[in-house]
Amino acid sequence: MTTRARLGHVRDPRDYQITVLASLLVYGILWLDFEVQAAHALGILVTAQLTQYVCTRLSGLPRFDPRSVLISSLSLCLLLRTNFIAVAVFTAGITIASKFLIRWNGKHLFNPTNFGLVVGILLTAEAWVSPGQWGSSLYLGFLFACLGGLVVNRSSRSDVTYAFLCFYLAILFGRSIWLGEPMSIPLHRLQSGALLLFAFFMISDPKTTPDSRAGRILFASLVALGAGFVQFLLFRTNGLLWSLALCAMFVPIIDRLLPGTQYQWQRAATTPGALSKGVTHETAFDLRGSRPGGGILAGIGESLLRILRGQGGRQAVQQSLSGGSGPTR
Amino acid sequence: MANDFRGDPQEFAVVIPVPTFIERGQIHVADKALIDHLDAYSAPRLVEYFDENPCFYRAYAEEAPASAGRKLRSDNAATRALGVTIEAQYTVGEYDILILSAEQSNGLETWLKENGYKIPSGASRVLASYIKQNMKFFVAKVNLVEQSRLGFNYLRPLQVAFESPKFMLPIRLGTVNADGPQELFVYALTRNGRVETTNYRTVQLPTGMEIPVFVKNEFGDFYRSMFSEQVRRHSMSTVFLEYAWDMAWCDPCAADPLSYDELRELGVFWLDEGQSRGTPAQQVFVTRLHVRYDGERFPEDLVFQETADRTNFQGRYVLRHAWTGNDDCPVAREYRRNVRTRQEGEAQALASLTGWDIEDIRQKMDLQGDGAGGDRSWWERLWQN
Repeated sequence: MTTRARLGHVRDPRDYQITVLASLLVYGILWLDFEVQAAHALGILVTAQLTQYVCTRLSGLPRFDPRSVLISSLSLCLLLRTNFIAVAVFTAGITIASKFLIRWNGKHLFNPTNFGLVVGILLTAEAWVSPGQWGSSLYLGFLFACLGGLVVNRSSRSDVTYAFLCFYLAILFGRSIWLGEPMSIPLHRLQSGALLLFAFFMISDPKTTPDSRAGRILFASLVALGAGFVQFLLFRTNGLLWSLALCAMFVPIIDRLLPGTQYQWQRAATTPGALSKGVTHETAFDLRGSRPGGGILAGIGESLLRILRGQGGRQAVQQSLSGGSGPTR
Repeated sequence: MANDFRGDPQEFAVVIPVPTFIERGQIHVADKALIDHLDAYSAPRLVEYFDENPCFYRAYAEEAPASAGRKLRSDNAATRALGVTIEAQYTVGEYDILILSAEQSNGLETWLKENGYKIPSGASRVLASYIKQNMKFFVAKVNLVEQSRLGFNYLRPLQVAFESPKFMLPIRLGTVNADGPQELFVYALTRNGRVETTNYRTVQLPTGMEIPVFVKNEFGDFYRSMFSEQVRRHSMSTVFLEYAWDMAWCDPCAADPLSYDELRELGVFWLDEGQSRGTPAQQVFVTRLHVRYDGERFPEDLVFQETADRTNFQGRYVLRHAWTGNDDCPVAREYRRNVRTRQEGEAQALASLTGWDIEDIRQKMDLQGDGAGGDRSWWERLWQN
């Protein structure tokens, strides 16, 4: 198969994620007693986009890209519970603003949804997360959609999801084996939509995970350990959220110890005709995965690095699409 | 903890894993009326409205609360176990209480058997997991001498006060030797808001439906059938919210709100001492959860969280009495037609809520002269759809 043919089939993975989350939200609001109020969801979605637009203009970024914001705000709609639309709007604003305000070395520190939820819960005292509010049928549907996403997208940054799930499963099952509990207990604990949302949409956020694969695996293990600590030793709910927020602060240290190439949203597209449309998820090009420890971009050709640096991106992409040197390596 | 154990008190025992050592002063035997009051206050209820004469004036509705007339039942299967180290031994009211700790579940099991407790197979494994989590065991059985001296012919609720970050309820021991699914009510009195389970889905009981007026005479049956039907629809895998209310007020109330003294007796320690005893309690939010469970669908203990949600909720069902006057006017004729349609709707709502046979319901409504069946077409009557 030629590179061109392969690339032609790849789409921005965020489109898939948005479809899954939006379907889940619509289903939750219309058919399931999901305690998500349509007005709150609308408030969150609109506020998030507005905040992104304003922050984009203020920070002088060249493009307004609604997709990442949509993923963050849809996740927020699914997880955040409150009786006050003002709290929902505030949390949505904080969620997106955190991307622009809390930055380190050119990338934002916290996963926006995670940060928004934690701050919303801590500051307003009127917000909460209900991890148990997922029916088993909905859970199964969501699980398949998430796994489908892995297959469809084949993103190299899925490594953090795999690693986290491995560590977290090891903790859940290991603890139950140690306690002599039946396996139905850890299996039941896995049946949480909030866990799936966390593993497939939150911790996998490529902008807030360490740059190197080894770093990401270390990060995933820390998050899983922290979640286990909160859940089983502090006996608090939403251990995943607290743990991720805490561990995110160690990402700069991990990046220093285990350096890799920093993740960037690319100014490129999957087909030549779409070049002018701008931002596309970087993983669209990462069909072969990245080398351990090398970061996603290390294994891709020089042409893509030129794109990242804004040096003749169009030429580079066309070169690679026409089967030249570059990402075929 | 209130239990609906029926049988020889000598056979009664309860074993509850507790996260800390419990001192004598932390145990209290409560008045059963307290729990009964809490039950009546938070029970699903009926409201009645009387249709006015469509030709003339408005007659107004009246409230008629109805208690579900049930008793509590919790953890009654967790009845036979004891431990290796007797950390403490108390007699409180009619109960003999032991606080046990154990190194190994085998030792605990042996000890229990030697002391005449019937251990269900499988209990030892469940005990082991609690032992490894450093939990103690609160074991209570009835002291027959004390019981006869005190003159109670029923088991009074036991109260245990302790501080722990573990906001959970151990149900696993109870599922080991249970004879079929068990039923549990959890009343949570909290400072901030509604309580829900974090590891099982909490759903609201259906509420607000208009149902046939004959239900007034069989509300207990209605409530039990409705609950069973809702449990069936959710594959017995959810916890039901039956009541969530700010104790400061209720409008209308199924029963009088609990008094300051009653709340303190129930364990609400944060009430302002200076608060007037006659007024309803501030800063208390009551949540009533109802769950039917077995070991298969509820493999792990219930874990709770207190949310910031102060939205009021109650299971409430509306009886609308039709106007039965003989006045005749165009509006009345229109009214009578609408009543028949409405009553058919009520019959279907009741059938849907309870799983009762729709034809039985229609017959009962007919028998009461409400004429629900009269408006149905001949094919509906023929095939009883």
